[in-house]
Amino acid sequence: MTQTAMNTTGLAEKISIRNLKFFYGDSQALKTINLPLYEKKVTAFIGPSGCGKSTLLRVLNRMYDLYPRQHAEGEVIFDGQNVLDPNQDRNMLRARIGMVFQKPTPFPMSIYENIAFGIRLYENLSRSEMDGRVEAALTRGALWNEVKDKLHSSGLSLSGGQQQRLCIARTIAVKPEVVLFDEPCSALDPISTAKIEELIDELTTDYTIAIVTHNMQQAARVSDYTAFMYLGELIEFDETTKIFTSPSDKRTQDYITGRFG
Amino acid sequence: MASSLGTTASAGYSGASSPVAQALYRRRRRSNKVLLTLSVGATIFGLAWLVLILGALLYEGFSGLSLAVFTEMTPPPGSAGGLLNAIWGSLLMTFGGVIIGTPIGILAGTYMSEYGRGNKITTVVRFINDILLAAPSIVIGLFVYEVVVVRMGHFSAFAGMAALAILVIPVVVRTTEDMLNLVPNQLREAAASLGLPRSIMIRHVAYKAAMSGIVTGVLLAIARVSGETAPLLFTALNNQFWSTNLNAPMSSLPVTIFQFALSPYPDWQKLAWTGALLITFTVLALNIVARAFLSPKAQK
Repeated sequence: MTQTAMNTTGLAEKISIRNLKFFYGDSQALKTINLPLYEKKVTAFIGPSGCGKSTLLRVLNRMYDLYPRQHAEGEVIFDGQNVLDPNQDRNMLRARIGMVFQKPTPFPMSIYENIAFGIRLYENLSRSEMDGRVEAALTRGALWNEVKDKLHSSGLSLSGGQQQRLCIARTIAVKPEVVLFDEPCSALDPISTAKIEELIDELTTDYTIAIVTHNMQQAARVSDYTAFMYLGELIEFDETTKIFTSPSDKRTQDYITGRFG
Repeated sequence: MASSLGTTASAGYSGASSPVAQALYRRRRRSNKVLLTLSVGATIFGLAWLVLILGALLYEGFSGLSLAVFTEMTPPPGSAGGLLNAIWGSLLMTFGGVIIGTPIGILAGTYMSEYGRGNKITTVVRFINDILLAAPSIVIGLFVYEVVVVRMGHFSAFAGMAALAILVIPVVVRTTEDMLNLVPNQLREAAASLGLPRSIMIRHVAYKAAMSGIVTGVLLAIARVSGETAPLLFTALNNQFWSTNLNAPMSSLPVTIFQFALSPYPDWQKLAWTGALLITFTVLALNIVARAFLSPKAQK
């Protein structure tokens, strides 16, 4: 990996990925990744399809554990603890590292319940406290004004963009510290995409964010740092402005200028 | 260049209006007509029998339908009566069979889809379940007869319920597994990403998403067992009188129909038709409700 001297003073590493390797059965999908995620910053992962950026994201909250024959080696240090430790409490970890997926996935229940469901698992709240938390989450998710009069209708009745914002609100309702976005806009129209990007920007005041995207303009717009990956390797990691104006690696330059990928 | 293109066109493909193309087109039209006629004919032939059966059932059944059917017990030959004890027995034993079979079926289906997807046990269980699904019900009846009736020394409503439960289980296992498999994995991942334990995800997310399908499976299971005769003939037998004792023989509509229809007495035969009408309409209603549950509108 090429990395120029980056000014990292005043930056805390929320997550440090060290010598991470990942395997689907016998085939290796990630080759020795080293990378920091800085606290309350947005880090974007770009690269052609199949380069391992989604895989990397799914290691951070151990989502890959849901499936047999997938395993990771190396270390992912999150607040001093190794996420990959076999004794790691995965439910606790996932409550602290939330995730938003490519396709909106509202649960088959009311808008209110979609939010309250996750909160109820970790906190005992009175009815009015819960109402407050649901409103706060939906406000934070930039959805409150659109749904405040139909909180008890099904989450599936919303449009695609609204469903995605509901999923974001649901994720931040359980008060995570890190939010992972896995191509959150690729199923949405441009207006909904703009709203989500705006929302991601506002979330950086409280959360550390990692976002996988196929859209390079999007990476340039929303992120502070960008990691370019290719064939399971991290090619370049730097400040976003640096990556998009004067990348150090020839492959990065070829990719962002559209010569391949 | 232009002339060579022209010759190729006239030699190979000469347009839709050429005699060859016209002839081919007419042949396609002809074979289409022949096949269409054959398939419509086959459909009419099949439907005709259904209409005839339903017609006979409606004609014979309705003429015997009266309030007495629902208020009086099955009569001895030559006197008036109804089907109350048979209706009650059918309702009770079907209910019992479904109450026993449904939870077992749902739990097994849940294991197969949520925990053991793709593993050896699931593959084996699914194979055996498919055999059970296709097993003739008389075999189930015989099995329960050997295991329950012979050991207890007498026929009983209890044995009837057990036989019906064994018929319910494979239907519910199959639909539960199929419906849970249809729940997208993204939904499971989304639940996991909030830190939900597997068990809560299954109860609150997967079951909710698969609810209409599972309910449909249970309704279809009810429809299937409510017309079963053979397993009850070997287990609950029959009872001419009102009975609420689960440890004693109990009457049921299918067995009563079987007995009355084969008898030489016209009153009994009339009651058999009426009973058949009741069962047919119950099954029809259950199927319609099941379809309504599966319709896209009910999914929302």
